[in-house]
Amino acid sequence: MSSSAALLRVEGLTKSFGALVAVDGVDLSIAKGSIHALLGENGAGKSTLVKMLYGTLQPDSGAIVVDGALRVMASPNEARALGVGMVFQHFSLFESMSVAENIALALDHKPTPAEVTRELADFGARYGLSVDPDATVGDLDVGVRQRVEILRVLLQKPSLVILDEPTSVLTPQEAEMLFGVLRRLASEGKSILYISHKLDEVRALCDDATVMRHGKVVARTDPRKESSASLARAMVGSDVSSVNRKQGVVPADAPLMFEVNQVTHNPGTLFGMSLKNISMRVRAGEIMGVAGVAGNGQKELFDVFSGEATVELDGVRLAGKPIGSLPIAKRRALGAAFVPEERAGHASVPAMALSENALITRKADEDGTLGAFGVLHFGVIRKLSSSIRTAFDVRSAKGDPAASTLSGGNLQKFVVGRELSRMPQVLVVNQPTWGVDAAAASFIRKGLMELAEKGSAVIVISQDLDELLQISDQISVLSHGHLSEPFNTADVTLEQLGLLMGGDQGGGTAQMERSHAA
Amino acid sequence: MLLEGILITIVGAATPIVLAAIGELVVERSGVLNLGVEGMMIMGAVVGFGVSLTTGNPYLGVVAGAFAGVGMALLFGFFTIYLASNQVATGLALTLLGLGLAGLIGESFVGTPGIKLEPITIPLLSTIPFIGPALFDRDILVYASFVIVAGVSYGLFKTRAGLILRATGENAEAAHALGRDVRRIRMAAVAFGGLCAGLGGAYLSLVLTAQWTEGMSAGRGWIALAIVVFATWLPWRALAGAYLFGGVIILQLHAQAFGIRIPPQAMTMLPYLATIIALVILSRNHALMRRNTPAALGRAFVPDR
Amino acid sequence: MPLELVKRDAPSQTMVVAAPFMALGLTILTAGITFAFMGLNPIEGLYEYFVAPLTELWSIHELLLKAGPLILIALGLSVCYRANIWNIGAEGQFTMGAIFGAIPPILFPDWTSWITLPMMLIMGMVGGALYASIPAFLKVKFRANEILTSLMLVYIALLILDYLVRGPWRDPGGFNFPESRNFSDEQSLATFEGSRLHWGIVLSFLAVPIMWFVMSRTLAGHAFKVIGEAPRAARFAGFSAKTLTYGALMFSGALAGLAGIMEVAGPIGELRPTISPGYGFTAIIVAFLGRLNPWGILFAGLLLSLSFLGGEAAQITLGLSDKMARVIQGLLLFFVLGCDTLIRYRVRLARPAQAKADTASTPEPVTREATDAA
Repeated sequence: MSSSAALLRVEGLTKSFGALVAVDGVDLSIAKGSIHALLGENGAGKSTLVKMLYGTLQPDSGAIVVDGALRVMASPNEARALGVGMVFQHFSLFESMSVAENIALALDHKPTPAEVTRELADFGARYGLSVDPDATVGDLDVGVRQRVEILRVLLQKPSLVILDEPTSVLTPQEAEMLFGVLRRLASEGKSILYISHKLDEVRALCDDATVMRHGKVVARTDPRKESSASLARAMVGSDVSSVNRKQGVVPADAPLMFEVNQVTHNPGTLFGMSLKNISMRVRAGEIMGVAGVAGNGQKELFDVFSGEATVELDGVRLAGKPIGSLPIAKRRALGAAFVPEERAGHASVPAMALSENALITRKADEDGTLGAFGVLHFGVIRKLSSSIRTAFDVRSAKGDPAASTLSGGNLQKFVVGRELSRMPQVLVVNQPTWGVDAAAASFIRKGLMELAEKGSAVIVISQDLDELLQISDQISVLSHGHLSEPFNTADVTLEQLGLLMGGDQGGGTAQMERSHAA
Repeated sequence: MLLEGILITIVGAATPIVLAAIGELVVERSGVLNLGVEGMMIMGAVVGFGVSLTTGNPYLGVVAGAFAGVGMALLFGFFTIYLASNQVATGLALTLLGLGLAGLIGESFVGTPGIKLEPITIPLLSTIPFIGPALFDRDILVYASFVIVAGVSYGLFKTRAGLILRATGENAEAAHALGRDVRRIRMAAVAFGGLCAGLGGAYLSLVLTAQWTEGMSAGRGWIALAIVVFATWLPWRALAGAYLFGGVIILQLHAQAFGIRIPPQAMTMLPYLATIIALVILSRNHALMRRNTPAALGRAFVPDR
Repeated sequence: MPLELVKRDAPSQTMVVAAPFMALGLTILTAGITFAFMGLNPIEGLYEYFVAPLTELWSIHELLLKAGPLILIALGLSVCYRANIWNIGAEGQFTMGAIFGAIPPILFPDWTSWITLPMMLIMGMVGGALYASIPAFLKVKFRANEILTSLMLVYIALLILDYLVRGPWRDPGGFNFPESRNFSDEQSLATFEGSRLHWGIVLSFLAVPIMWFVMSRTLAGHAFKVIGEAPRAARFAGFSAKTLTYGALMFSGALAGLAGIMEVAGPIGELRPTISPGYGFTAIIVAFLGRLNPWGILFAGLLLSLSFLGGEAAQITLGLSDKMARVIQGLLLFFVLGCDTLIRYRVRLARPAQAKADTASTPEPVTREATDAA
């Protein structure tokens, strides 16, 4: 690695939060005009590292050298002035404002709205990233929103562009298009720092890779010379036990456990997605995957399935019994269980102890947590909570700690375990392994498969196509509130799914047309 | 003549509410909910009155009233913005403290006649029938209320500073990620809110009655808060809303003149009832509310370090 | 401002207990400084406020007498605030409880059975609960902000009371004073020998352990806490936001209403235009100072009652305005809220951007050799 050509170098960068050392003496060097991968599991410290490069966090110690000069990024403004631009993982857009306003906010040369619109058109044409400057961001698809984020960075004319997990919200085709843009930027001499945990992408796209684990750099390598397995080993530190499932073996005469019949539902929220004529049939022992890019109705679908939103009685059936208008508590009593996407704040109350969080979905008679007049049996509740923690390997402080003190992976194991240990007939789970480390993810997937083996119906809503291909028997695609026909996992191709995710079922959307034009 | 008289009194009744509401509107646009408007207003009233009495200059009273509002607002801002204390509860605390403190300060002023802020007649315009005397033969605070509303409307939607302020109220985390100093922006907005509330208070004790009575704000700060919601956070709508309320308040005075026999308490109740009704009517219009409600309203922002 | 908040991994249990005491300490300090500025001996002033009322039996009775309604109202408010419902209209619910509860003695003055008084208390609770159901209804049905509606209803309730005692409910034999007729013994709460202290106070204090049990040991208490902490988790748990909104508001309205009728059927003995020295608002401070915990509220109610008495005492002995008590109460709430921050955050002064100094001193590129060598 020739350091003379390094655009940005980082030496001994360290940052801790309380007892946790999130980034621990990291060295990194990014060459001019290269696409550099920063690889690591969830929680490895990648996001913390790049936040320091962009000035939103201040390092405890270490040096950042840009173009050979020692620099301090005291704020994002200073980082931008030095040519660093960043596309955030969780978009930093203002939903109720227009695209032009969103972009103007990030430009330090204080352009007029007309100038922003003109520059937008220029850059859009140059990189094939067109977007309507007057559109309200909240109305846009996730893919288009990311385009806004990228344009916002490009208009800053940066020399280094940092992208944090950009493809997690894209269809495979959209991702391919993004790679085209990134390669073009690199050929224009800009450097790219590409953060991901998707190994295939990194091998296809990047020139260099730095691998982080537990806050430390554990490997520097040329990803094109590595296999996915060797990169995964470096990332995780051991071989990840991959899960294997014999898919599509559920007999056709297995009883129908969960049916949805032509349900249409308008959530009535700002920027919410309406569900249009949704139907689904899941048999006992089957895992049904629902693929799709975030914001296409996943939340609304989960709400209708769980009873947090109700529809007509006949719209949803559980083991033949109509439940569409029943609230969530009644559905639970009938043997259904649910795990929402947001583990802190929806599946659990962060400030409450784990035992109190166990109670949230475990108030049924068979759990014995409630006495007469709703008096709580704390002994039973605590026992229940500790049995979940033992059975699902939830690592936490001793005693009965607050949910907020658990890591993402451990809290997810707890909220999934809370439902799995009920042995529900039907389990609906939204993004089961989102933002979870590899070991916990594999543990959770195994749990879901075991539940199906025991004869329950499992519905997995996930953005992670690899996950769905690995564990589900059938896959439907959710796009713009439409749910596609299910495909046998064994027969379907990634490309097919990708096209459906991009909305290619109701006569193709503008989004696809634009990506062809690019 | 009667209509002209009614118009004049409506402007008088509406102006303190306009001032307080436009300030709070800016505060809420930045994502902060300051429920202490009543407390800032009453402090503006008592300090404005006291300073004008001791100096003999009501203009100094106006300035002092504004500063009193700012001082209260900064106290609120320090707690809610820099200590991330609960905005609702801290706003209540500000109101309770303001009412107590104003009562204490004003104890010696009770019954003392004050100095009235004299009108400044604008030539020609003031001779327009009906609206001339009501709008162009007024004191400086009435004019100021129009200038401030126009300025806020322009500033919020036509300037970069306004864009940044709205962005802060929409998504503080994102504004921070772009390098905006969220806490400083919010502190400035809160101070502006205090300034306006202080002016509104000064209007009460220097123009509307020209005397000090305890609790003379009589819920106007709270009505101003409701006006901001009623206006769906749009400046000109806030002005219109305040004038509508001015009309309701004046109705109670004139109803008796028309010989309508209703218990006086029922008339006094009108503004409060009207506030509730306005909130209900507006809150029903979900689409309008959602589009304009600052998404981060009431949520403390604590930057990661 | 060079002030940084660092989030704690878990709320500090030490601070949960220590924060209210720190707030009290800061308030006493500020009050002392204020006294000094007013030319008073701070020690003397503080003594009159916080100690003198505790030195005589009659004034301890008064302390309990004033603490009763504060505690009762604050207990109700704490349920609302736990559920993140901002009922600030307790003063109105208190007033409406007094009005409803006074219906039997005023409209049926001759009905004096043993059941009259219990009936009055129940009607007081009903009045408060119904009045509090208005903001609940407006919130559930129209999403109207309960802070503003409940507060507006305070003004309206006070005006209704004013109208009644000056109009239809005025005592015909009362020389045109704005007062209702006096309640008879059967229509009043019995007092203890030789004091104004009445049995209602016992009821108020009994409510503390009951509320503690309900909030910490029952599903209802759990539900209020869950919806306050995380509304989506409450929906997921199957708790109805509508039911909880009505429940919290009407429950707190009922307790405020009970406090209201006990005040008029106790020490006051009739309806008047003014029946409360602002109990409904002071109870907000009590609820927060007590950290929304019933035992804390017991302590806080006594303390705030003390500040009322201290205010009166200081007025007599030191010639200090009784408004001072309000200022002290307002300050106390501020400090309570500020100190609560310490439960969730560590507060520290920002490191004076040492980093910034570096850039300032070396704006030019450091030599390439130097950085390469590093």
